[in-house]
Amino acid sequence: MTLEFLVASAIGVLVAGGIYLALRARTFQVVLGLTLFSYAVNLFLFASGRLVVDRAPIWSKDVAEYTDPLPQALVLTAIVITFGMTAFAVILSLRSFLESGSDQVDGDPCENAVRNADVETSDADEPR
Amino acid sequence: MSVATHLAIAPVVIPAIAAPLALLMMRRRRRVGVGISLLSCSAMLVAALTLLVLSMDGTIRTYAIGEWAAPFGIVLVVDRLSAIMLTLAASLSLIAMLHAVLTRTDRDGWHFHPLFQFQMLGLNGAFLTGDLFNLFVFFEVLLIASYGLMLHGQGPARLKAGIQYVIVNIVGSSLFLIALGLLYALTGTLNMADMGLQVAAIGPDDQGLLRVAALLLATVFAIKAALVPLHLWLPRTYAVTTPAVAALFAIMTKVGVYAMIRVVPLIFGDDAGAAAWAPAPYLMPIAILTAIVGFAGVFVARSLSEQAAYAIIGSTGTLMIAVSAWQVDSITAALYYLVHSTLSGAALFLVADVVARRRGSHVDHASPGPVFAHRQLAALLFMAATIATAGLPPLSGFIGKLMILQSVADIDGWAWGWTAILATTLIGVIGFARTGSAIFWKSEPAGDGPSLPLVARTDMVAPVIALLLLVALSAAAGPATAFMQDAAGQIMNSGATVRAVLEKG
Repeated sequence: MTLEFLVASAIGVLVAGGIYLALRARTFQVVLGLTLFSYAVNLFLFASGRLVVDRAPIWSKDVAEYTDPLPQALVLTAIVITFGMTAFAVILSLRSFLESGSDQVDGDPCENAVRNADVETSDADEPR
Repeated sequence: MSVATHLAIAPVVIPAIAAPLALLMMRRRRRVGVGISLLSCSAMLVAALTLLVLSMDGTIRTYAIGEWAAPFGIVLVVDRLSAIMLTLAASLSLIAMLHAVLTRTDRDGWHFHPLFQFQMLGLNGAFLTGDLFNLFVFFEVLLIASYGLMLHGQGPARLKAGIQYVIVNIVGSSLFLIALGLLYALTGTLNMADMGLQVAAIGPDDQGLLRVAALLLATVFAIKAALVPLHLWLPRTYAVTTPAVAALFAIMTKVGVYAMIRVVPLIFGDDAGAAAWAPAPYLMPIAILTAIVGFAGVFVARSLSEQAAYAIIGSTGTLMIAVSAWQVDSITAALYYLVHSTLSGAALFLVADVVARRRGSHVDHASPGPVFAHRQLAALLFMAATIATAGLPPLSGFIGKLMILQSVADIDGWAWGWTAILATTLIGVIGFARTGSAIFWKSEPAGDGPSLPLVARTDMVAPVIALLLLVALSAAAGPATAFMQDAAGQIMNSGATVRAVLEKG
C-alpha cells in the first residue's frame, strides 16, 4: 500500500511540476519541465507491470511468481528516446538563443529578452 | 521463407541501409550520396508497388521479425491500407527528393540525404508495424529525422518554429507513452491485434481506465494530424521550412490519421466495452472545426507557403469528417481523399517555391511585384494545384469531396458536415483566387532594386509530376476507389486481421 502511494504521489508531483514548467515562456524552463514530465512517464511505465518486491525478474519453470520484465524494457527504450530528444531540445534552444538573442519559446524579444550587454546584470538572478 | 515474404520488411531496410551509406559518401563525393538517396527512394517505390499488387488478392501478410511468434515478437502487417500508405510515401519521397536535388536546396546543409532516408524509415515503419510500442518507436524515428529536416538550411525563423515543433512533439510522445502504459497494464500485450482481443476481457472496474487510454491515444494521433485545437504548431513550421521538406511533411499529418484509422477499429471496436469507438463522438465536431480553421487560414494567409500549410490543416479536417463516421463507405472516401490531399498539399508547397524562387525579394508574398520569369507557366501550375486542393472539378479533390459528402449523408449530424465541407470549399476558392490574382495578374514596374533572379525551368519538374499523379488519380478514380473500398472493408473487419496476425504465428 505504501509503495503504491509513494510511486503514485511521486508521479503526480513530477507531472505537476513538469506541466507547470513546460507552460513557462522561456526555453530553459520548458526543457526542464519536459525532463520532469518524461521522468514521470518513465515511472508510470515502470508501474504498468505492477509494483512487486523481491521477485525474480525472469520467468522460469522453477519460479512461481516473477515480475514482468517487459515494462523495464519499455522504460529503457523510452529513457533512451527521451534523453536524445531532450539533448536535441537543449542544443536547439541554445542555438536559437545565440542566433535571435531571445530565450522566449515564441521567439519574441520582449521585456526580459537578453541582449549581449546586459546578460550579467538584469538576468543574473534568473535560473538558467 | 521466399523473397516475397521478406519483401514486407524491404521498405524499412532500404532506407536504413541507404541513410548511413549516404552519410559516409556525402563527405567525399556529394553526387554519390545524392545518387544513393535517389536510388533508395526509387527502390522503396518499387517495393511498395510490389506490395500493393500483392495485397490485391486480399490476404493480410504478416512478417514476424526474428521469427518470434505474434503476440510476443514484433510483427509487420501488410494489408491493403499499409500498401496504399507505403506507395503514397514512396511516391511523395521521390517527388520531394527530386525537387530538393533540382533546386539544390539539399546543399544548404550537410545531412539532408541521410535525414531524409531516416524520415522515410520512420514513415514506412509506422505504416507497417502491427505492434503499438513499435509504432511509438517509429513515430520517434520519423520525428527525430523531421526535426533535422525541418531545420535544414537554418535561419532564425526556422529555429523559432523548430523549438515549438520539438516541444509539442515531445509532449505528444510523453502522452503516447502514458496511453501505452495504461493499455499494457490493462491488457498485458502490445500487439495491436492481440490487444483487440484482450480488451473484451477487461473487468468492469477498469473500464474507466480503458476509456482514458483510448482517448489519450486519440489525442496523441490528433496532435500528429494537427486537428483543432492541437493544430497551432503546424502553420509556422510548415511555412518556414525548406519547400521540398514541407512537401514531404504533407504526409506527416496523414500519419496521425492513418494511426487513428488503424488503431480505433482494431483495438477499440465493438468489443471494447466503455472504450468502444470512444473517440468517435468527439471527432465530427473537431473535424468540422479543423476544416473551418484550415480554410479560414487559407483565406487570410499572406503568402503562398502559409496558405499551403493552412490548406494541409483544412484538408485533414475534411478527411476526418469522413473518418468520424466509421463506416466502410466513409473510410473508402477518406482513403481516396487522403491520397489526393497529400499529393495536392505537396504540389502546392512546390508551386509556392517555384514562384518564390523567381520573385526576388517579394518571394511568395501575396503582393504585386514586378513581372517575373515563366509567369504564365507558374500561374498554370498554381491554378492546377489550387483547383486540386480546393476540390473543384475536374481533379481528384472534387471526386474525393463528393465521395465524402455521399458517404456521410446518412449519419447523425450530416448537415453540419455538408455545410462545413461546402462552405470551406468556397472560402478556399476565394482565398486562392485572392493570392493568385495578387501574384499573377497585378504587377508593379520593376524599381531600382536588384533584378529578378533568372531561374531555369527544371524546378517545375517535381510539381508537374505531383500534378500528373493527381490527374492519374482522377482518371483512375474507379479502380482506385474499388481498391480502397476493399482496404476499408479489411480495416473495419478487424476479426480477419486478428486471425491473420495471431493464428499464422
